Amino acid sequence: MASKKDQFISACATLAKGEAGNTGEWRAKRPIIDLSKCTPCKKQKDTCYLCWLYCPDGTVKRGIPIEIDLQYCKGCGVCAQVCPTKAIRMEVEEQFVLSECVIQEEVE
Amino acid sequence: MSKVQIINGNETAAMGAKLCRVQVIAAYPITPQSKIPETLVKYVESGELAAEFIRVESEHSALTVCISASTVGARVFTATAANGLAYMHEQLHWAAGARLPIVMALANRGLGAPWTIFNDMQDSISQRDTGWMQVYCRDNQEIMDSIIMAYKICEQLHVPMMVCFDGFVLSHTVMPVEIPDQKQVDAFLPSYVPHLQVDGPEPININPVMLADPRANAQGVSCPSYMGFRMRLQETLESAGDVILNVGREFGEVFGRSYECLLWKYRTEGADTILLTMGSLANEASLAVDALREKGWKAGVVALRVFRPFPAATLRQALSKAKHVVIFDKNISYGNEGATCTETKAALFEGGLRPTITNYIVGLGGKNVAAADLEAATIKSVEQKGQVSTPQWIGVAV
Ligand code: SF4
Ligand code: SF4
Repeated sequence: MASKKDQFISACATLAKGEAGNTGEWRAKRPIIDLSKCTPCKKQKDTCYLCWLYCPDGTVKRGIPIEIDLQYCKGCGVCAQVCPTKAIRMEVEEQFVLSECVIQEEVE
Repeated sequence: MSKVQIINGNETAAMGAKLCRVQVIAAYPITPQSKIPETLVKYVESGELAAEFIRVESEHSALTVCISASTVGARVFTATAANGLAYMHEQLHWAAGARLPIVMALANRGLGAPWTIFNDMQDSISQRDTGWMQVYCRDNQEIMDSIIMAYKICEQLHVPMMVCFDGFVLSHTVMPVEIPDQKQVDAFLPSYVPHLQVDGPEPININPVMLADPRANAQGVSCPSYMGFRMRLQETLESAGDVILNVGREFGEVFGRSYECLLWKYRTEGADTILLTMGSLANEASLAVDALREKGWKAGVVALRVFRPFPAATLRQALSKAKHVVIFDKNISYGNEGATCTETKAALFEGGLRPTITNYIVGLGGKNVAAADLEAATIKSVEQKGQVSTPQWIGVAV
C-alpha cells in the first residue's frame, strides 16, 4: 500500500551538482561568458542570474562574476538561450581540448 | 438531495467530474467525447465549477498538463477517445510511472486507418500495459458512479484510471441518471494529498534517471533502482482489486448502488454456458441469455467491469462451473485473438479449468451487435464444442 515512506513510489533526486553523473564529459560546445555584457558584473549587484536558474545541471554559480563549473556543464546551451544580454556564446569544445593539449605538450 | 436527469454519457461524465470538484481540466476535442470538455468549459465559465480549464493543442499536451497539475496536488480530469488516446500513449506511461491519480473518461472508438469515428474498444485495449487501471461501464449511471469512485480509488493507490464507455452507444444516448447529492460526494471523497510534496523547503528533481542498480546521490544518500519502481506499481495493481471492492461497497452504503464487484453477472446460477464480454455489450448478452434460457439453455453472462487490474481469481471462480465459455471481443490483438479471450484463457489455466472456449470478434467500427447474433453464435460454438481455434468474425458484410 502507498505510504509516504515508500521510496519506490515517487522517484526523486536532490538538486545538486553532479547528481546526473560527470556530465561535463559529454560537452560538444562550451559556454563562454563575456563579462562585459553580463548584468550582475556590469551593475556590480546580484541580479538577473537567469543562466543559474535555467541551467539543468546546476553548474552555474551565482556571484560577481558568475562562474560555470566545466566538470559538470554538459554544453546544452540553455544558459546562452536564456541570457537576455547575449553574454554567453557557445563555442565548439574541440578547439579548447586541442589547445589544452598543445599547452600541455609545450609544458612537457 | 440526489435527482434524476435524462442525459447522455458525455454529459454524465462531465457532471461526475464536476461533482468530484476537479481543479484542473485539460482535454482536446475528438469525437465521440467532445461534449465532455464542452460541458466542463460551460461549468467553468459560468462559475459553477472552480477549476482551471487549460486549452491545449493536442492530446499529448492535454495529458502533460494533467501530469503537471496532479504532481503539484490538483485533482485533475481529462477525456479522450481513439486516435487521441493513441497520441497520449507516451504520457500514459509517464502518468502511471509517476504514480499520479489522474482520472480519464474514455468514449471507446475504433482506430484508423481506415478512418472511423464509431465504437469499438481497440483504443483502450491497446493501452492496457501502460499501468492505468481500466473499468468498463454498461450504462450512463455506471459512468457517473465510476468517475466518483475512481478518484477515491486512484488517490488511495496513486495510480491513474480510465473510465471507459462505448462511444455513441452510451456517449450519445440519453437515459435516466441519478445525480448524487454534492454534499454526499464531498463527504465520500476526501481531498487529494499528493504522494510527493514538491513545494517543500528544498527543491527536488522529479523522476530523474534511475539506474539499474541503487546508487548514492551527490549528497551520499542511497537512491533506489529503476526495477523497484516497476515492481511496486505491479504490486499496487495486484492489491488494487481489494481497494476497488471496498470503495464499491462504501459507495453502495452512501448512494444505494453497490459496486462491490470486479465482474458483473447475470443469470449465472446453475449456468454451464457463459457469455463473456465487457461494457454495454453485456446488456445485449443479457437479452441473448434470456432468449437462451427460454429455450431451456443454462446460460448466463459474465462481464468484466474491471479489466486492469485483471480479476483473474474472481473470473476463475465465476467460470468454475462453466462447460462452455463464449467470448465476445470488440477488439483484436492482430495475429492472435481478442484480448479478453487471451486473458480469460490465462486465468483458467492456473485453475486447471478446461471449458470449451470460442472467441468472436464483434462490433468493430460501430457495427451493430444484436442479441440475436450473440445467441446464434453461442449455439454454434456449443454445437462445435469450441473446436474452432481462430477467432470468428460476426457481422462482416462483404
Ligand atoms: S551549457 Fe549552460 S545551461 Fe547547459 S549545462 Fe552548461 S552552464 Fe548549464
Ligand atoms: S543570464 Fe546572462 S546577464 Fe544574466 S547573469 Fe547569466 S550571463 Fe549574466
